[in-house]
Amino acid sequence: MQSAQKKPNVIVEVPILQPGHTYTSVTNQVNDVILKPGIPRGWIFGFGVAFMGVMLMLYSITVLILKGTGVWGLNMPVGWGFAIINFIWWIGIGHAGTLISAILLLFRQEWRTSINRFAEAMTLFAVANAGMYPILHTGRPWLAYWLFPYPNTMGMWPQFRSPLVWDVFAISTYALVSLLFWYVGLIPDLATLRDQATNRFVKVAYGIPSLGWRGASRHWNRYMRAYLLLAALATPLVVSVHSVISFDFAVSIIPGWHVTMFPPYFVAGAVFAGFAMVLILAIPIRKFYHMEDFITDKHLDNMAKVMLTTGLVVFYGYLMEIFFGWYSAYPPEQYVILNRMIGPYKWYYWSLILANGIVPQLLWFRKVRYNHIMLFLIAVVISIGMWLERFVIVITSLSRDLLPSSWGMFHATKWDWGLFIGTLGFFFFLLFVFLRVLPMINVFEMRELIHHKQHEGH
Amino acid sequence: MSRQVFLHPIANTIAKLLILGIVGGAVGLTVFSMLVARSPLMAQVDIAPVQPVPFSHEHHVDGLGLVCRYCHVYVEDSAFAGVPQTEICVGCHSQVWADSPTLAPVLDSYKANESLEWNRVYDLPDYVYFNHSIHINKGVACVSCHGQVNEMPIVRKQSTLHMDWCLDCHRNREDNIRPRSEVFDMHWEAPEDLEALRQRLVEDYHVDVEQFNITDCSICHR
Repeated sequence: MQSAQKKPNVIVEVPILQPGHTYTSVTNQVNDVILKPGIPRGWIFGFGVAFMGVMLMLYSITVLILKGTGVWGLNMPVGWGFAIINFIWWIGIGHAGTLISAILLLFRQEWRTSINRFAEAMTLFAVANAGMYPILHTGRPWLAYWLFPYPNTMGMWPQFRSPLVWDVFAISTYALVSLLFWYVGLIPDLATLRDQATNRFVKVAYGIPSLGWRGASRHWNRYMRAYLLLAALATPLVVSVHSVISFDFAVSIIPGWHVTMFPPYFVAGAVFAGFAMVLILAIPIRKFYHMEDFITDKHLDNMAKVMLTTGLVVFYGYLMEIFFGWYSAYPPEQYVILNRMIGPYKWYYWSLILANGIVPQLLWFRKVRYNHIMLFLIAVVISIGMWLERFVIVITSLSRDLLPSSWGMFHATKWDWGLFIGTLGFFFFLLFVFLRVLPMINVFEMRELIHHKQHEGH
Repeated sequence: MSRQVFLHPIANTIAKLLILGIVGGAVGLTVFSMLVARSPLMAQVDIAPVQPVPFSHEHHVDGLGLVCRYCHVYVEDSAFAGVPQTEICVGCHSQVWADSPTLAPVLDSYKANESLEWNRVYDLPDYVYFNHSIHINKGVACVSCHGQVNEMPIVRKQSTLHMDWCLDCHRNREDNIRPRSEVFDMHWEAPEDLEALRQRLVEDYHVDVEQFNITDCSICHR
């Protein structure tokens, strides 16, 4: 008893900001990445690889537009192939950014400070990729404005009872609010860059978007109010966007889709995938740019915990899908569930269970959460798992719908893969540009954090 | 502490004007495109295509009293109203104005046994199924869509052929209905009890909404 009490506490609290930093040191370390002359070789290499991805994307889109959606593996009965899988996957990834920037801000979680900027950038880039897919999937992207309700010469309005129309509003609102939130968060940092820059061109380039920010207390007063308002606006979007996307499935009567659980299940999956992507980005970035003092082990630990929590919700969802299938007492529902497990797509299903259900359980261990390589690998596995989840939902249900005579398999073509890999390239391309020209860490909030740390207890 | 880049006081005004310009420009562009889409030029309304022979509907219909189906022979029985064969022209013009140089292409076509290639005035997109005979047989007059052809020296398009133009009639079908016997009449004078007549015709011709929903997508997009 006594010895147990005497045993030293091995768990040391890791700070969210390594001690010894001042306002200047934080500002310089983040902004030097942008303002110091010379481009690191690693950046050029990464940018080059990503740029090839962009070319692949443009090529795939060109082929698609010239020849039509027939170049994809779409056919009856599987009319929703990679386009919808990737759409949901990308949108899901974006959710972590919004959660970190909005919800964690409202809950005054100070550890969000150093990761919110690039997480929001990730959101924007993911939404840009996501938005591309349904528009290309229509086969006539130049008529995409037909999605919006406006008085047109066709005398028609979109079908407002269809969740596909709700998607249009959900995604466009999400993209707009994310962009505004990100930009407003950047203004004081852009002003700092403007002030630090010595080159006239750079000064002007940062001077225009900083909108004449002087850092006056009146500015700050209004700024903080606007930022909080935007956070409040963005908060419901964390839940609403993926709920609306889940309605695309849940509102239909396809076996395996017509499940009331879908909205929360999709939202948890989105946050799960999103945090996995934040980790995939954060672990290399902090290493290569030496940001370990700002993005500490504590951040990674916290994100791993969020991932574990949402992962459990998602796993619960998988179990409930099986339960609903059985409890429906409806042969097609039961068959779809059984078909997922032992049918032609069983490898996808069991890989999904392994990746999203079993592997994340490693995160229960503190040692795993503090092992960056393990954490990185788990995040990669989860990202793949979430893609598999969407694959299983979209493909297995459609390939075995209510009419056995029209059953058929889905085979992705090289253009399906080309566009998917291409959008991955586009995502990293935008990210590399972002890392080069904008402060990857929110400098003014870091300075605020230092202020809080210095005056703790006051 | 911070050093402004744009020191001139006009910078603020420029910034505000730019923001206004971007928002206003987006709204303006949208409104402009919507106006352009509705313009007669985009719909080619009131534009007369150049034809191989300057055929005057005015002269043939009002001047000579030909009825539409004398030349457009399939209009009551087929989807396509029919552009007259050269033989129909030559039926009269082997005697009348046979030496006129204006008519030379018609007679050349007849002698060479090759079709005269008229230019389409009303060209619907291929994804729209349109049938002349059903409209004629349900009491929709030629003049309702093609306008006062009897007053056109060179025929020109009178309708936008936009989908809302089609739907406008399909949604209010009693507005353009008349007795079947009067569909070719370019000078039909509506009786005094027009409203009652139309109501009765809608029922008699079975085009009332309850019978048959002609605003369904598949009615035109098959």
